[in-house]
Amino acid sequence: MSDDKNLPVKPEDEHGSAVEVAEPIPDPGLEPHEPRITDIDPKAADRVERQVSAMFGLATLLVLGSCVAYFAIPRDSILEFGPLSGNANNMVIGLCIGLALFLIGAGAIQWAKKLMVDEEISEDRHPAHSSPQQIAEITEAFQQGTAESGFTRRKMIRNSLIGALGVLGLPAIILLRDLGPLPGRALYNTIWAKGIRVVNDVTDRPIKPSDMVVGQLVNAAPANLAALQEESPAEYQNAKAKSAVIVVRIKPSEIRTPPGRENWGVDGILCYSKICTHVGCPISLYEQTTHHVLCPCHQSTFDLADGAKVVFGPAARPLPQLPLAVDSEGYLVAQSGFTEPVGPSFFERG
Amino acid sequence: MSEKRPSLSPARFLSARRRHRSAGLVVLLFGLLAVGSAYAAFAPDNAVADNSAQSQQIEEGKKLFAVGCASCHGLNAEGGGNGEGKMAGPSLIGVGAAAVDFQVGTGRMPAMQPGAQIPRKAPAYTEEEIEALAAYVASLAPGPAVPASESYDVSKATDEQVTRGGELFRTNCTACHNFAGRGGALPNGKYAPSLMGVSEKHIYEAMLTGPQQMPVFSDQVMQPEDKRDIIAYLKALQTQKDPGGFGLGRLGPVSEGLWGWFVGIGLLVAVAVWIGAKGVKAKGAKAK
Repeated sequence: MSDDKNLPVKPEDEHGSAVEVAEPIPDPGLEPHEPRITDIDPKAADRVERQVSAMFGLATLLVLGSCVAYFAIPRDSILEFGPLSGNANNMVIGLCIGLALFLIGAGAIQWAKKLMVDEEISEDRHPAHSSPQQIAEITEAFQQGTAESGFTRRKMIRNSLIGALGVLGLPAIILLRDLGPLPGRALYNTIWAKGIRVVNDVTDRPIKPSDMVVGQLVNAAPANLAALQEESPAEYQNAKAKSAVIVVRIKPSEIRTPPGRENWGVDGILCYSKICTHVGCPISLYEQTTHHVLCPCHQSTFDLADGAKVVFGPAARPLPQLPLAVDSEGYLVAQSGFTEPVGPSFFERG
Repeated sequence: MSEKRPSLSPARFLSARRRHRSAGLVVLLFGLLAVGSAYAAFAPDNAVADNSAQSQQIEEGKKLFAVGCASCHGLNAEGGGNGEGKMAGPSLIGVGAAAVDFQVGTGRMPAMQPGAQIPRKAPAYTEEEIEALAAYVASLAPGPAVPASESYDVSKATDEQVTRGGELFRTNCTACHNFAGRGGALPNGKYAPSLMGVSEKHIYEAMLTGPQQMPVFSDQVMQPEDKRDIIAYLKALQTQKDPGGFGLGRLGPVSEGLWGWFVGIGLLVAVAVWIGAKGVKAKGAKAK
């Protein structure tokens, strides 16, 4: 290889002839090499050598210390340091190994910076593309190969090969079905239905209208949810994620009932889906003075006294409302399931 | 007495005297006596015992109220206006003794100035004064009473109760008060306060009465045992140390992210600068 192969290719003009471009700033080249103190003073070099080996030595001690700590410190002893506290065993092992790793690294860098040779050298970049001669050779070889194989002449072979290769992608798409069953109508329905009692989440106690005072918030669930937990834990999680509701009691004089929902509440007790219509965070950040419920994820705000209308934030739909009634024993029940899908919008819903 | 009069039956006796001059007076007196004794027999007990220490306490509370609270809440606790049609202080009729004990006991009331939210501070009244104020407000209309101390005593809480309290807390309280009870922001400058250092009684009363923006968790829905378990969980949180180092306010990703970006990445940058820095040169000397 000749030397000029390593130099940048000279730019060519539109006629293909090389032209010289004047450098805007002349290349200053490398700075003259300056020795370090450790290069000229053997004592300084010895001092750095001692520093580096001290770091490596200390790292060794720390690693051994961590092994000793593993056996010596009881597992349940607690280290107290002002307001901080932690498991002494974990803490000492972690600190020892962490510091040891740091010292090994720091020692290596100190060694490289102070003792290893630091002559500056430069290496110019190779040109990125092949020479015109190589390009011509490869093009010719490729064209000859194409002609010899008869790929362009025997069209039947070519087309059937393209067909076979194209069909190869099909199994990859078909196998995607194994990711799980299609969602079907699952997004449209919850386990709420006519006559299902509204019960407290966690305690599963049914609720009487007289139990609720103005300003009350109840995080509630359908009564038929608990039984599902035994039956099918996976189905339980799905059902719970969709059917969670919040029940609030608002002074009837402050409620603006949307048309068609006149009998959906019981004496100012209203029930809404707990799942934000933006991206489905569960929301129960309720301010009883303003009747607003706020989603902590993206600050969508719904006015529960006004049909859960969106008053702020990125949510596009009001929270779905669950129509309430009272059963023969005086407990709150659903008049029906939700009349619209709960949770975030989805493609098919439009 | 010579003529023997025929003995009269009671009905004929009354009938014979119904036009007597004093008959009207006798009937009136009899009627008053009957109503009076019926009232005494059927009236609630506390109304009878009213004239004792309790009414004195109410009277004392009324005086304290007139001095310290009436300027915002109205002379009769009916709620006050500040002259611009805006409510300066809400009506306290029916809020009950528990609300007074919470608001005054945590120092929120009397408020220093109106604002988005009234902060917690050192209480301005003594225990007895708070009791008197509570008794006065409770006497205006029925409302939740100050809970009995056994309903929030969590000194004997079992691990099971603490765990159940944690479940209830995460379902009902974390949306505003943060998963570790450290509080959080609400719209328009309002906030859910931190629950650290709040007494058992005040936590109970807050759930019972729903102070400021907080919704109410009535005893019928969130029953006293549920409240006690939540308090037990919070007490466990309050006494918990930060295992393994700094809690960073237990605010989650915001404070942890700040720490990671500024302290963690800052240290890495410092090391990188050290690695790249040129060492001291011995200018003009020749290497040996």
